[in-house]
Amino acid sequence: MTAVRVAVAQCAPALGAFERNVAMHREWVQKARSSGARLVIFPELALTGYYLKDLAADVAVARDGPELAPIRELSRELDVSTGFVERDPDGRVFIAQGYFHGGRLAHVHRKVYLPTYGIFDDGRFFAAGDRFETFDSAIGKGGVAICEDFWHMSVPYLMATDGALALFCPSASPGRGIAEGGDLGTAESCRLMDRFYAQYLTTFVVFANRVGHEDGIGFWGGSEIVAPDGSVLARGPDFDEALVVADCDPALAQRERVRNPLLRDERPEIVLEHLARRMGLPLPD
Amino acid sequence: MIERLGAIRAKPGDLSPLRIDEVLVRKMLVAFLRDEAAKAGFRKAIVNVSGGIDSAAVAHLAAEAYGAENVTALLLPYRTSDPKALTDAREVVRGLGIGAEEHDLTPQIDAYFAAEGGVEKIDRVRAGNKMARERMSILYDRSQVLGAIPLGTSNKTELLLGYGTIFGDMASAINPVGDLYKTQLRELAGLLGVPESIRAKVPSADLWAGQTDESELGASYADLDIVLYHMVDRRVHPVELIEAGFDRRLIEMVRERVRRSQYKRVPPIVAKVSLRTVGHDFLYPRDWER
Repeated sequence: MTAVRVAVAQCAPALGAFERNVAMHREWVQKARSSGARLVIFPELALTGYYLKDLAADVAVARDGPELAPIRELSRELDVSTGFVERDPDGRVFIAQGYFHGGRLAHVHRKVYLPTYGIFDDGRFFAAGDRFETFDSAIGKGGVAICEDFWHMSVPYLMATDGALALFCPSASPGRGIAEGGDLGTAESCRLMDRFYAQYLTTFVVFANRVGHEDGIGFWGGSEIVAPDGSVLARGPDFDEALVVADCDPALAQRERVRNPLLRDERPEIVLEHLARRMGLPLPD
Repeated sequence: MIERLGAIRAKPGDLSPLRIDEVLVRKMLVAFLRDEAAKAGFRKAIVNVSGGIDSAAVAHLAAEAYGAENVTALLLPYRTSDPKALTDAREVVRGLGIGAEEHDLTPQIDAYFAAEGGVEKIDRVRAGNKMARERMSILYDRSQVLGAIPLGTSNKTELLLGYGTIFGDMASAINPVGDLYKTQLRELAGLLGVPESIRAKVPSADLWAGQTDESELGASYADLDIVLYHMVDRRVHPVELIEAGFDRRLIEMVRERVRRSQYKRVPPIVAKVSLRTVGHDFLYPRDWER
């Protein structure tokens, strides 16, 4: 397998305007295609905007619904990972990230960790997902952690021990923290995370963050693609729209894992036994 | 930065936690002004420029965001206003090359209070509130005429202490400086190039002769800002601040002012009787489909 060009669409979706955002997707997919990318990743809820509040239920769609047909069509050209509000047949709505490939929706991740504190209110308007799965992506086995999911250390760990070569983190991260002598507070935290996970789990990390404002809150962008050795392959500007492109070579991960065989030596059964004991569950045989 | 935040200790007189990265803040605020105005359908802005540092900083940010030709400053003096304030306001206009409209507030204020024996007979806070609301009224009227979004100039110190007139100077469509303490806004104003004569003068609402913010508030902005920073931004309990050596009376005064003025920072409350109610559980974002 040779290097795969990956693009992040660091865009500014309109809040609750699904059709307009579909049109925006067409433009970015076209740009990504022109850049030679085989996969384009959009930020969290790129088809709907983030601070939806009561709009969440209004813009929710079924994963196989006609509203997503344009995105399915776009994925005939190149793989598209993007965010939408998913309505389950049972009526619950989720923050979802779909991976579209070859004209169909190949995988959906439902955000598990819904931040409901400070400036966040996800838990009021959305149901929580309950699993982290890996799936075949354009750069090998991949896993998706939507924004807050990624801040929980167990999440990249679970996906890496499941064989993920790439961790995708679509986000709607609000910029805050303006103290002198540093980066934007949130940016510094995210960059630390991306680099740490990439290097210590020896995976690619693709952080796709949006820009633009919603009700006074600004999303800071700074999307980046980090290699399994922790090097930053590409980084988008802060606050401005940009297509962020990098070539991800799976062979790089393999070489890095020979040099730095942390994953090979990882003992998930110890974690399992520990947690089973801790939770009073029967120990596995 | 992360280390630095963890290392911050609440210490009286230590203002270093208030320091900001002005270059970053300037970029954030200009992006905010552009984006939120565009969402509301505006490419032009209007702002009341008083001659003080807050509105001067907003005028500078607006000129950067929309272009000087798309910004109008409203200069609305009353007959007792400090003449230097008007001179300074004109200096901001001239320096930036933005548009300006001057309108003497005196006839409408004096006409209104004539029946009560003139403005001199009126409680000065009441008269000041009336002036602030007349300025708001003109701001919104000219906003409509010019198709320009009205910008707010209340800083974080004023908002938190309730040191402003509700539906007066606290009213605006969007406010770029409401999350910056006065001390921080001063720092930003330096980078923006706000004239030294404005940055150096003693802050005043200029609602009556000789008024200064700090004498009215009973403490310096430096003292107020650092207390507010620890209490609000860092969620340090007032008791902990007193234990750390902050003046008890200052802490209690600040806490009480913040509590008492909460009504100024929220929309009017609506009596809930139905299944779904504006202000309670009809929760749509303002940037709805924008």
